[in-house]
Amino acid sequence: MSQINRIKGGLIDRSQKLEFRFNGRVFHGHQGDTLASALLANGQRLVGRSFKYHRPRGIFTAGSEEPNALVQLRSGAFQEPNTRATVAQLFDGLEATSQNHIGSLDFDLMAAVDLMSPFLSAGFYYKTFMWPKAFWEKLYEPIIRKSAGLGSLSMREDPDVYDKGFLHCDILIIGAGPAGLSAALSAGRAGVRVILADEDFVLGGRLNSETFVVDGQPGGDWAARALAELASLPNVRIMARTTIWGAYDHGVFGALERRTDHLAQSAGHPRQILWRVTAKRSILAAGSIERPIAFGNNDRPGIMLAGAVRTYVNRFGVAPGKQVTVFTNNDDGWRTATDLAQKGVRISAIVDSRDIAPLTSLPDAEIVMGGRVVDTAGRKGISTCTLANGQKIKTDCLAVSGGWSPNVHLTCHQRGRPEWQSDIAAFVPGQNLPANMAVVGTANGLLTLGEALRSGHQIAEGTVSDLGFTAARHSAPVADNEASGVSAFWYVGESRKRAWLDFQNDVTVKDVKLAYAEGFRSVEHLKRYTTLGMATDQGKTANIPALAIMAECTGKTIPETGTTIFRPPYTPVPIGALAGRSRGKDFRPYRLTPSHKWAKQNGASFVEVGNWLRAQWYARAGEKGWRNSVDREVTMTRNSVGICDVTTLGKIDIQGRDAAQFLNRVYTNAFLKLPVGRVRYGLMLREDGIAYDDGTTARLGENHYVMTTTTANAGLVFQRLEFARQCLFPGLDVHLISVTDGWAQFAIAGPNSRKLVQKVVDGLDMSNEAFPFMACAETTVFGGTKARLFRISFSGEMAYEIAVPARLGNSMMQGLMEAGAKFDAVAYGTEALGVMRIEKGHAAGNELNGQTTALDLGLGGFMSKKKDYIGKTLSERAELTHEDAMRLVGFRPVERSKPLVAGAHFIAQGQEANTENDEGWMSSVAFSPTLGHSIGLGFIRRGHVRMGEVVTAYSPARGGNIAVEIVSPHFIDPEGGRQRG
Amino acid sequence: MIIDHPLLGPRDAAEFTYLGDATLINRPDPAAPDAADGFYEYLYLRDNPAGEHNELWYHEQGDRAWLVVSRNTLTHEITKVELARDVALRLGRDR
Repeated sequence: MSQINRIKGGLIDRSQKLEFRFNGRVFHGHQGDTLASALLANGQRLVGRSFKYHRPRGIFTAGSEEPNALVQLRSGAFQEPNTRATVAQLFDGLEATSQNHIGSLDFDLMAAVDLMSPFLSAGFYYKTFMWPKAFWEKLYEPIIRKSAGLGSLSMREDPDVYDKGFLHCDILIIGAGPAGLSAALSAGRAGVRVILADEDFVLGGRLNSETFVVDGQPGGDWAARALAELASLPNVRIMARTTIWGAYDHGVFGALERRTDHLAQSAGHPRQILWRVTAKRSILAAGSIERPIAFGNNDRPGIMLAGAVRTYVNRFGVAPGKQVTVFTNNDDGWRTATDLAQKGVRISAIVDSRDIAPLTSLPDAEIVMGGRVVDTAGRKGISTCTLANGQKIKTDCLAVSGGWSPNVHLTCHQRGRPEWQSDIAAFVPGQNLPANMAVVGTANGLLTLGEALRSGHQIAEGTVSDLGFTAARHSAPVADNEASGVSAFWYVGESRKRAWLDFQNDVTVKDVKLAYAEGFRSVEHLKRYTTLGMATDQGKTANIPALAIMAECTGKTIPETGTTIFRPPYTPVPIGALAGRSRGKDFRPYRLTPSHKWAKQNGASFVEVGNWLRAQWYARAGEKGWRNSVDREVTMTRNSVGICDVTTLGKIDIQGRDAAQFLNRVYTNAFLKLPVGRVRYGLMLREDGIAYDDGTTARLGENHYVMTTTTANAGLVFQRLEFARQCLFPGLDVHLISVTDGWAQFAIAGPNSRKLVQKVVDGLDMSNEAFPFMACAETTVFGGTKARLFRISFSGEMAYEIAVPARLGNSMMQGLMEAGAKFDAVAYGTEALGVMRIEKGHAAGNELNGQTTALDLGLGGFMSKKKDYIGKTLSERAELTHEDAMRLVGFRPVERSKPLVAGAHFIAQGQEANTENDEGWMSSVAFSPTLGHSIGLGFIRRGHVRMGEVVTAYSPARGGNIAVEIVSPHFIDPEGGRQRG
Repeated sequence: MIIDHPLLGPRDAAEFTYLGDATLINRPDPAAPDAADGFYEYLYLRDNPAGEHNELWYHEQGDRAWLVVSRNTLTHEITKVELARDVALRLGRDR
């Protein structure tokens, strides 16, 4: 079959023949076709099956409002479901398949569903599949999903790349039809920065679909000249294939630009770009959408909107039928007849619902005034239609026009409510538009071309002078105002057959009436009960007729009945475009520690901690599993010396005359008297009295401190400190800067740590007298490298931390390991770090979990009584200080060989395991290679006075009950002799 | 939304993080006899107005300033933006 319906004319390039496949069959079209126009050119009327009843459906519109012609494009991982054939630009090699049928499109096995339609009315699912409840998940839902599906996903990763970007302009013009082009010319010539965006791939809007004349030229030619002039202006950016899909606060718009959708391959370019456009002003020139009239069997392939039929004839050079009938309630529908007749397409009849004189006469065409189409016939496409007077008309294309609805979508995005304008029987944008938006042309209810051009020009000139520019002296483009009379007519009451309103969701006139009869009278309820307007087209052609029918049922006017408003997006936005480059690891990138390279070369396994990737353990040859490595790292550290990259801890540089005062207010413990060259542990609370974060702060100079925070809270603590500094204590002279990424920091722990540090530090006396526990100094290492040295310990061993500029971190790690070789120094990861802190009884994230107080943590001694600090007042609440409060203690299994489980809850022995008897929980556990058995930290009521008591650690999900003994949380060196030694 | 930063000019709201009611600046006097009640109200009781609202925004992806933004919660119209530090100083929080 070759392009049997192709006629002359149109904006297609006949010299470029494109081959494409639909359901495996080869067809041909031309450059400039959409998939829809190419299918129609080839006489393919049936393109899909409806969502619920599996009715045969064809192409209904010529734009993004299309409810029927949803197809699947491309194949393999590129497969793309639910694409409207009416906006898919044809390219050579395009593969398309129809959706929602089992078996072939022609013989859909699910078509039998249509025979059951009397049972499938509005609310059918709600009424039918309620019971038995257990059937829903296993039986009903899978069957419904299978039969009522749209296209399917490839289930593979999308191989295309999507990008995001920002654009700024003075005026964003949405829509490049006559009104938009007229506005763009005025704005562009005045020199303001203009973005002109349109969803189509050929700009000009209806000018390309009609036979209008502008400024004495054919409309399409005028549009092309206007676009050429705009393209020559450096201050104008023309964006074709770009949908402005959302209007957000303060002049921010969402735009989706389809860069390679119309090409066979993206060839490394982004497929689509999601733009965030910030505009000082916007001019909405989105045009209008034609709406159908509902009558019996009005959904057969071959029944189309009258304006779409003109588009196919005038723009694409395709006659959608050989004997076309027009059914209209307005003057515009008649132009379909005259345009087609002019192109030599036979018009069988013009049926106008109005009792007025015929607008014109056509040879061969029967004219029926005051007529109605009540029914149609034809199995896979219309072949005849029947009028109310019983007359049957042979026709293969029925062009329907129920009038035009201004495209008010974007005016509603900030809760603007459209208003009813009865002379055009349509909603127009209301008063409360998004700030700085103006609406022009048919989008504003100005339904004729002359008015559209004039309004675009006028509004743009006003906007230009509003922005402080001078409008260029030129007059508005001129065109005649075509006949645009309309008389509201929504559905044919005489029809006994089902009459469709929402084609995509299969909602009929009867469904709306039933919803009313069952009490769903608000528009919002109607919508949810019948699913009207809830499909991927969001009811662009369906909502207004349905509302009119609801109004008729209630006996109210349409404005009294109300209208639904729209929300973004205007047309579907692919998830891939919303994600942009934030896919896979790029969704949440992690930072690498300074010694990452060394760690990788030395067998490290890595773990994500906060937003860092840290070495978890370093496996050596012959080790079987992670525990082997971790046990070795702990043992070697405790026996000699271990080195760990601790760069990820937050580091905040604090300077100013009042720095000490500031620290004294944010930490619970005293900081005023910390001497220069000393470090102090500090605890922070939230203002509600719950423990927040802890760390150490070193005083490097008179007015200079450096604070460390936990890895996870580094950013948040900084934010809170800035809040305290700017909002609570603005009178203090103190300044903060985050230096987490500036310094690579290494912990050197173990009995030989002093010897190792002495080797790398340049000439600093490391004796216990000269550099005792909690000392700090600015110094140099390895012969001149700037460094900071702290004698602090998280492991409980004698330990130091050395910080060097971050870029030297990897060499530092290497240097430390080489210098430590004679002590058999070991690199340890986060697991060994965790084991040693549990052995020592230090709280970490598991304990500082946002539910525990300083008292619970056994840190009551750090809560100063002599000063105020953040969280002090509320930490003294009775609820947080009562006798029965939780306390952090240690636990060991009574039967030492048994492993402990984190998350277990403590129950007194012999008691039933229930919430009432719950006494606390295990927060951290580890196997202690030092002690040779499993140990744990946890919270239990009055734990500090229950040493030696045995309770049950209850963990039904992870291993059952185990008897544990309450012990001190300090499993090793409780007196702290090692770290001070 | 666009927030007109007093020092940096109009900035996209995505550069900021939101905290909430600007009354959080008014930390009660811990030495007051009814300090516990004061802190309870300060921390837990907030107005949730439909309309004009003064709120704290933090310029995390920028200069790390805390701002007091006067925003209409119904229309998102922003009528005033000040440095929170200036507001706090004006409220007498200079010690």
